[in-house]
Amino acid sequence: MRNDDVKTIGILGAGRVGTALARRAVAAGFDVRIATSKPAADIAFLLEIMTPGAKADQAETAISAADIIILALPLSKYRALRPELFAGKIVIDAMNYWAPTDGILPEFEATSSSSEVIQAYLPDARLVRSFNHMGYHEIDEEARSPGDPDRRALALAGNDPQARRVVADFVDRLGFDPVDAGTLAASRNFAGGTPIFGAKLGRSEMQSLLEGKARALSTAGSDA
Amino acid sequence: MEIGVYSFGDVQRDPATGKLGSTAQATRNLLEAIQLADQVGLDYFGIGEHHTYEMPASAATVVLGAAASMTKNIKLGSAVTVLSTDDPVRVYQQFATLDALSNGRAEITAGRGSSTESFPLFGHSLNDYDELFAEKLDLLLEVNEKESITWSGKFRPALNDALIVPRPDAGSLPIWLATGGNPHSSVRAALLGLPVAYAIIGGQAARFAPLADLYRRAAEQAAIPGAPVKISIASPGFIGDDAAKAKDLWWTHWHAAMSSLGAIRGFAAPQRPHFDQDANGGGALFVGSAIEIAERVVNLHRSVGHMRQFFQMDLGQLPQKDFLRSIELLGTQVKPLVDAELGIAKPQ
Repeated sequence: MRNDDVKTIGILGAGRVGTALARRAVAAGFDVRIATSKPAADIAFLLEIMTPGAKADQAETAISAADIIILALPLSKYRALRPELFAGKIVIDAMNYWAPTDGILPEFEATSSSSEVIQAYLPDARLVRSFNHMGYHEIDEEARSPGDPDRRALALAGNDPQARRVVADFVDRLGFDPVDAGTLAASRNFAGGTPIFGAKLGRSEMQSLLEGKARALSTAGSDA
Repeated sequence: MEIGVYSFGDVQRDPATGKLGSTAQATRNLLEAIQLADQVGLDYFGIGEHHTYEMPASAATVVLGAAASMTKNIKLGSAVTVLSTDDPVRVYQQFATLDALSNGRAEITAGRGSSTESFPLFGHSLNDYDELFAEKLDLLLEVNEKESITWSGKFRPALNDALIVPRPDAGSLPIWLATGGNPHSSVRAALLGLPVAYAIIGGQAARFAPLADLYRRAAEQAAIPGAPVKISIASPGFIGDDAAKAKDLWWTHWHAAMSSLGAIRGFAAPQRPHFDQDANGGGALFVGSAIEIAERVVNLHRSVGHMRQFFQMDLGQLPQKDFLRSIELLGTQVKPLVDAELGIAKPQ
């Protein structure tokens, strides 16, 4: 898929993050469909007010129609996703594991990158982690045009280089500077507990933080 | 419009010695703050249940009960009661007792709460986070409707024609649903016929305008007879005699509070430009001079239409004298300015 072929965005989840991303994606000219665990009719009223221009849909049809799917559901609900629907799809994981609200989930306790658990659960999805380290209201409030000195950076990581390029272009069109952090394992470098999580960073600050992290990881690896 | 204060009963630091006060002293300081809030004409004081050394307000109704006998007009409530880990029958009895002692000034604000220390403390599992809240809210609302109830659920023993007393003189207590902005919660409040309390603690406050619209339109559709369709806003705030000095002082305390929260929750501590962005204009931190804060409250009212706004001032070990001065300025200067602009709040 070429970057300019991306027309339809499917968002799973209509909470704070899902609706903020939907508003930005509508503003950027995408066709946006949102699905939750409820029937489309049940969320149509909510979306009409919160995300004008986005359509309420069922998960199955939203996923099938979408060029990019965004996971914006509570992480603890990920097992409700049907892996077969995601085969070959570009999927953005915007979720974070946070035990105090998700409950203790052993599979996430055992890893420092929740996205690797999600990728293992959706083995045929072309998963890219992004948007997870920025507050939901900043997605709405801090989008800027390319070249704006106050433009914020968003890190992304995934194992499929072409999917990363497509997602980078999407991030850019939503109003942020994409910074490619590498494979999905590197997504731990912008997870909770890192200096990137929740920080307001421009592209060069983000790049230097990620490079430092990557060096620390490879040094730690060679010592082991 | 109603104006008020809320607190988690924060422990304070003596600016002269740098020494951290005791949790017992913090509890007495809280009572002093409520008394002053009443004296300067504020409408509401809420205590938010927390269970940490820095924020030791674990038994809000005890403090509010003491305040009831020392105050005349101020409404006394929770901000919030962590309903998920409490027994709704016991919560109701305590607030109904407070209502009796205060001659009808008690309110409950039920929420999930953003802190979760009470889960292990009272033997609840975070894996039941959503289910616990839904069931307990259901029971609380039923107890508020009827003095004898028959009820069964998953998380507590069934009730069979159980009498729940004392009963409020007004027949029922105001119960608010607190939310941090998830759209589903606004719809839920409307469908339950409850007033909604928005916690707006960062970013641009007016982003809650579409949520307020969602809440009102859902309430219109639900059309529950007699349901109070009301919105309140809880936000951080601090008023000083001089705007720049107030921002400089409060920045250090807000930064301390956010840094320790960030260390627990894994987010980077915010920097001063971030604070300045939120502490000016349409930002959610209402920090500055009385004139500035009154203007910002009025501006927010024009987009959200809330009937009450109340402020968390004593964050990050703010000294008691600054907390009390801020309450005084809120009551004697901000409130009259807001009233002059919007008209005096009608008794609710």
